[in-house]
Amino acid sequence: MTSVKAYRRKLDLKSGRVDLSHGAGGRAMSQLIAEIFHAALDNEWLRQGNDQSIFDAPKGRMAMTTDAFVVSPLFFPGGDIGSLAVHGAINDVAMSGARPLYLSASFIIEEGFALADLARIAESMGAASRAAGVPVITGDTKVVERGKADGVFISTAAVGVAPEGLELSGDRARPGDLVLLSGSIGDHGVAIMSKRENLEFECEILSDSAPLHGLVAEMVAAAASSLRLMRDPTRGGLAATLNEIAQQSGVGFRIDETAIPVKPEVAAACELLGLDPLNVANEGKLVAVVAPEAAQALLDAMRAHPLGRDAAIIGATVADDRRFVQMRSSFGGSRIVDWLAGEQLPRIC
Amino acid sequence: MKYVDEFRDGELARGMARRLAKIVRPDRDYRFMEFCGGHTHAISRYGLEDLLPTNVRMIHGPGCPVCVLPIGRIDAAIELARKPEIILCTYADLMRVPASGGDSLLKAKAAGADIRMVYSTLDALRIAETEPQRQVVFFAIGFETTTPPTALAIRLAARKQLSNFSVFCNHVLTPAAMRAILTSKDDRVELDGFVGPSHVSAVIGVTPYRFVATEFEKPLVVTGFEPLDVMQAIVMLTTQVNEGRCEIENQYGRAVSPQGNLKAQAEIADIFDLRESFEWRGLGEVPASALRLRETYAQFDAERRFAVETPVARDNPACECGAILRGAKRPHDCKLFGTVCTPETPIGSCMVSSEGACAAQWTYRRFDEPTREERMAS
Repeated sequence: MTSVKAYRRKLDLKSGRVDLSHGAGGRAMSQLIAEIFHAALDNEWLRQGNDQSIFDAPKGRMAMTTDAFVVSPLFFPGGDIGSLAVHGAINDVAMSGARPLYLSASFIIEEGFALADLARIAESMGAASRAAGVPVITGDTKVVERGKADGVFISTAAVGVAPEGLELSGDRARPGDLVLLSGSIGDHGVAIMSKRENLEFECEILSDSAPLHGLVAEMVAAAASSLRLMRDPTRGGLAATLNEIAQQSGVGFRIDETAIPVKPEVAAACELLGLDPLNVANEGKLVAVVAPEAAQALLDAMRAHPLGRDAAIIGATVADDRRFVQMRSSFGGSRIVDWLAGEQLPRIC
Repeated sequence: MKYVDEFRDGELARGMARRLAKIVRPDRDYRFMEFCGGHTHAISRYGLEDLLPTNVRMIHGPGCPVCVLPIGRIDAAIELARKPEIILCTYADLMRVPASGGDSLLKAKAAGADIRMVYSTLDALRIAETEPQRQVVFFAIGFETTTPPTALAIRLAARKQLSNFSVFCNHVLTPAAMRAILTSKDDRVELDGFVGPSHVSAVIGVTPYRFVATEFEKPLVVTGFEPLDVMQAIVMLTTQVNEGRCEIENQYGRAVSPQGNLKAQAEIADIFDLRESFEWRGLGEVPASALRLRETYAQFDAERRFAVETPVARDNPACECGAILRGAKRPHDCKLFGTVCTPETPIGSCMVSSEGACAAQWTYRRFDEPTREERMAS
């Protein structure tokens, strides 16, 4: 009976570490799930303890997405991998105009990872999903040997329900449409970089990681029929997002540098590192391409929401067979805003 | 952003453009070479060419250390990195430069070579201290700007008596390259003046460029990297041309003093001496144009420690990087530009480095390039 007694000892959340037994499917794994994940994410579905969750499907069309999070460092100013994994999946569903309903979460944990950090991540995830009103109703845990992962990787999936008649898609931009941006760009990428090994610098910028479905709901309510598409400019930044849409819709963009909100601290950090804020990642911003007649109403609706306070009209869609995203610089000259080639890396001089 | 926004003021720039339009003589052309890739980048990124009169033409020069490094030196670095005992530390923008046979440091890393991207020479030094069983080689490149940090790392390594740290030195010198451009025998480009290096000049000062004015009778304006700096330099060069003057002027007085940074110069002189000759991509062998470690610091010289040989390697014969680096051709004159050679699939170094002329043209200005079909038809 000694082993049972040992098993009943609670996880050492102060100095314990994840070991291979926590992923082996036995008692240790069951204990890890119960004391860390279920404790942090508690809801009626998880409490049932099944390998899946049954939920009521509302009438209508469903939206589904899956996303993997491998961010380094795991904790950064304004968030961590847990809240990020919740917001990322919610936002991918929300960009279709759908209301996110449920999440799943899968963890790949490296042997030796501190239980305290895992608990902190799970708690952050629970707090983010409760705040967003989107519960994590099923999950999975794997442990891999030391050196085969970078602390912890999280994969989340989200399902949601799309309003009838709303058809948002990357191929729906038409010449003459206007481009709305919900706020300042580059905050998340700079917050992450400020904590990277070898690059640490004093920075008051917090990640903009946030769930955007509330803002989207306001926009849908304001002018659903005038929305062509929405997208959150995550990796690759605003530049990649506009280039993706240009390719999908077969149009070009003309945007105005002076209209794009960039916080002075973000601009300064990018300047120091030789980076372009247009290529830097965001986790709580959206780009919407909209019919021109409804642009002002949509802008007003965005600005009335806390996550769209700094929303701006940043440019327009134009006919262009070469599908170039062009930007009028603050100087009045023009230049292309291109995809990032390779990884964005600091210049040497 | 204090001290930066002031140099990106669109209204001021347009004012300068109007002034430039007033002073250019309609009966002649003005051809100015910006030596530094940083200037090329600023011109393209801010669309400065749109503000210039049509008879003022900017010619992109060779001033990007990544672009001018010959392929054989990358091959040699890859060879070093493949030795199991070696950790090769490098600045990130070298990772994708094409080497012989379609190789690159990035590919060598993926194949198992221990190559680490660092942000400073001190990071490489730190790795050497924390991994004493391995040999850490720092792949040093750059003009006079990046030489002092390399010198500092060598000095610290000597002080700490680190026996597992060395430098693969590829530091090159700008005045020698400028002379090579002005004396080039093949397809020499006609120039009316230079937008001169800025960060380099912060180290070496202004006087090393005196020969450009005295021997070659070309004006040169040492210029900052902000777009308004470049606009002002163009106005200053145009004024000199109009007045028949050939002088070395310093637009970048806020960072560059005539004598430069004497402490950095002394440090460089203590640790490095001149190579008799060094190969530059696009310029060929240029006498007295690069540095190597002095005998006193031979133990920190990776070339001696690992008996590095620089293989003879040829660029893709269709690649026009050489002529583009000399300003003799423009990116779209190269038939590889935008066809097989793009930032995702670079053939030549001018497309790899973000400071390269081809990358700047492709990334920021390709809307005013002829399409491949238009080029084939012409």
